[in-house]
Amino acid sequence: MADRKMAAPQMTLPKKPFGWEKLIVTILMIAGILWSAGETNVDIPMFFANFDQFMKIFDQMMSPDWSYTSYVIAPLIETIKMAVIGTTIGALVAAPYAFLVSRNIIQNRFVTGILRFILNIIRTIPDLLLAALFVAVVGIGPVAGIITLAIFTFGMVGKLFYEAVETIDEGPIEALTASGANKWEIVRYAVIPQVSSYFVSYFLYAFEINVRASTVLGYVGAGGIGVFLQQALGQFRYDRVSIMVLVIFAVVLVIDYVSLKTREVLM
Amino acid sequence: MDATNKKLPPRERKNEWPKYLAWAFVAALIIWAFVGMPAFAIKPNAGQIGGSIMSGIFHPDWAYVYRGDGEDLVSTLLQTIAIAFIGTFISAIVSLPFAFWAANTKHEFWLVTRSGKFLLTAIRTFPEIVLALMFIKAVGPSAFAGVLAVGFHSVGMLAKLFSEAIENLDNGAGESVTSAGGTRMDVTMLATIPQLLPELISNTLYRFELAIRSASILGIVGAGGIGTPLIFAISARAWSRVGIILLGIVIMVTLVDFISGSIRKKLI
Amino acid sequence: MAEQQVPSTTAAPQEPIIQFDHVSKVYDNGALGLKDINLKIYPGEFVVVIGLSGAGKSTLMRSVNRLHDITSGDIQIGGRSITKAKGKELLEIRRGIGMIFQNFNLVKRASVLRNVLTGRVGYYPTWKMIFGLFSPEDKQRAYESLQRVDLGDKVYARADELSGGQQQRVSIARALTQDPQIILADEPVASLDPQTTRHVMDDLKRINEELGITVLINLHSVDLAKEYGSRIVGIRAGEKVFDGPVATADDATISEIYSGKDTEKEGA
Repeated sequence: MADRKMAAPQMTLPKKPFGWEKLIVTILMIAGILWSAGETNVDIPMFFANFDQFMKIFDQMMSPDWSYTSYVIAPLIETIKMAVIGTTIGALVAAPYAFLVSRNIIQNRFVTGILRFILNIIRTIPDLLLAALFVAVVGIGPVAGIITLAIFTFGMVGKLFYEAVETIDEGPIEALTASGANKWEIVRYAVIPQVSSYFVSYFLYAFEINVRASTVLGYVGAGGIGVFLQQALGQFRYDRVSIMVLVIFAVVLVIDYVSLKTREVLM
Repeated sequence: MDATNKKLPPRERKNEWPKYLAWAFVAALIIWAFVGMPAFAIKPNAGQIGGSIMSGIFHPDWAYVYRGDGEDLVSTLLQTIAIAFIGTFISAIVSLPFAFWAANTKHEFWLVTRSGKFLLTAIRTFPEIVLALMFIKAVGPSAFAGVLAVGFHSVGMLAKLFSEAIENLDNGAGESVTSAGGTRMDVTMLATIPQLLPELISNTLYRFELAIRSASILGIVGAGGIGTPLIFAISARAWSRVGIILLGIVIMVTLVDFISGSIRKKLI
Repeated sequence: MAEQQVPSTTAAPQEPIIQFDHVSKVYDNGALGLKDINLKIYPGEFVVVIGLSGAGKSTLMRSVNRLHDITSGDIQIGGRSITKAKGKELLEIRRGIGMIFQNFNLVKRASVLRNVLTGRVGYYPTWKMIFGLFSPEDKQRAYESLQRVDLGDKVYARADELSGGQQQRVSIARALTQDPQIILADEPVASLDPQTTRHVMDDLKRINEELGITVLINLHSVDLAKEYGSRIVGIRAGEKVFDGPVATADDATISEIYSGKDTEKEGA
């Protein structure tokens, strides 16, 4: 039973310890917002004053030029092919690379460190800038787009995949090591069976992202529907722009759905 | 042990057809893409240009780093960060109502949630570059157009993340406020928001990391930031200028990812 | 210890503080929650509800403060019908009833003080809660409640830094801060280990004896029910099958309460 009396509450509430951290973060946030707003000349009233300009374009987009649809089918298919090829190449290079940067496979910290550094640098460069660069190197056309998507995929799948490899169950590796397996046998029988389904899943995930990305790569000349998008924008043909936006949206929805179902079946 | 003279029983086959079909589908997709593709046409002097770019990257134009004219590397990088920062901030505010619209909580009618989620998908898919050009029409070719493009486009993803945070909310704390005689608004202020806030800040920071990359691109169409000098340098074939700009972008993105990532780790 | 008026269950002359009058509850999906429950609980009692999981113990608790609405019948709190209460009156009745939950229902990332203060929510207009404006007197009151459960030193700690037992005592302090006449405890020790279970149960017992607050609690463990309760109510499949002083609940009665088709047999 209740053997002790309730503590008699007499003390007054002590002062709250001052939250320096919160104060500093708040001040930094406000300073950051004010500075950014000044730096970029944010002028919300001006935006609303000119909102009719924005709405004019929007109005034009609301009455799409349906006759243009047949012209965008071919570049759209080219776009999807670019995405498939880029994703495939990128993912195929990323898979072995991911093993090389996994610390539970390669014990040499120096090797994993350098290779990871390269992977991280690749991941920092935005896709459209890479595309602009490769257009300058290999010329206008889908090849620049494919190279861009391959490199982009390499960075994304490489990181996701090595994180999957590093979080596998170490038990089977230990068991195989104990029974005298060499490095290759360990990877083949203890690691790959655990991560192969992840790889397929990441491949499809990267494909989804690449389909979205590939639609604008043409803007800088890297092939696909983006080329037509750039033309229409240059000619202020917003009725055609909206057709392309709609078609892209439809394709993205379909591909996301198909990819999701495929992943569910394969996982 | 028992006598082990039984034969290995045949493997029990469950229905593996969907799996085979899915594999066949993926394989067919890849073959289709490779077969129909026109020959890999590459400019004859690609190797030479590639060489000049590499040499440009290894011999960057250090003089461009700071010139004090507002067009140099440091100024445009800072402008890029500013575009991403204020753009993400605006989008976080705009995202809140959208998130409550799209969140699938038990009080909600399914059509409300569905339509909200559909709208967010549409916003996510709308190409950011097109959006930037539309805003340039409205406010002129400036960093402000970039801010608006980032701010609007980010809503698609941020509101989706927010709505997921709302869906995963544990409503126990809200129940205790109700049981103490609180109104619906009290529940929101005392239970929902305090539980949600760290999650929302973390999502916003993550989106900020992506916005930095967007803001680096938007300069291509004239919406401010590092993209403009980069595209100029590429078309002028000033490879050492390109080199220093790429270096700047890599350092900026790495730093922002690192800082934002460590704040996010502390929050959760 | 208790030489004063713990009103024994034998015909108390007072008015009941909780009264169930032919209460039934059917869930939207057709499941039966409660079936014609009649129950009178008098001020100062320590009533333990026992029964199998899914027998309706939680539903019974939650209908007292109308976290769940009942389908028919009437429930009166201190002579006022909570079933018929609307708007402000409902909130006022609720604020006189503290509640403790199995999962503590704290805002994990807020301070202990904040959590305890939410017990006062029913005493404030909503606009004050939007800004979190609690008076200094209420902060002091919250601190005093914390001292009652020996957690005065944790007042500014974050709730998730505390152990499970400590968190449950914070939620007891939260209920106390409400200044209630009744405390409802819905499986308060189900997720605690035996040591902390004892601590929490002792606190509840002392609140009952020293502050004269009526306690209605449901428990899995028959041993705890017999040790701490003054009266036991047995629920089986939504029906009240036993109601009497602890002394009269012998083994046969207990196994009668726990008999039935339900296989999820728990407790002692």
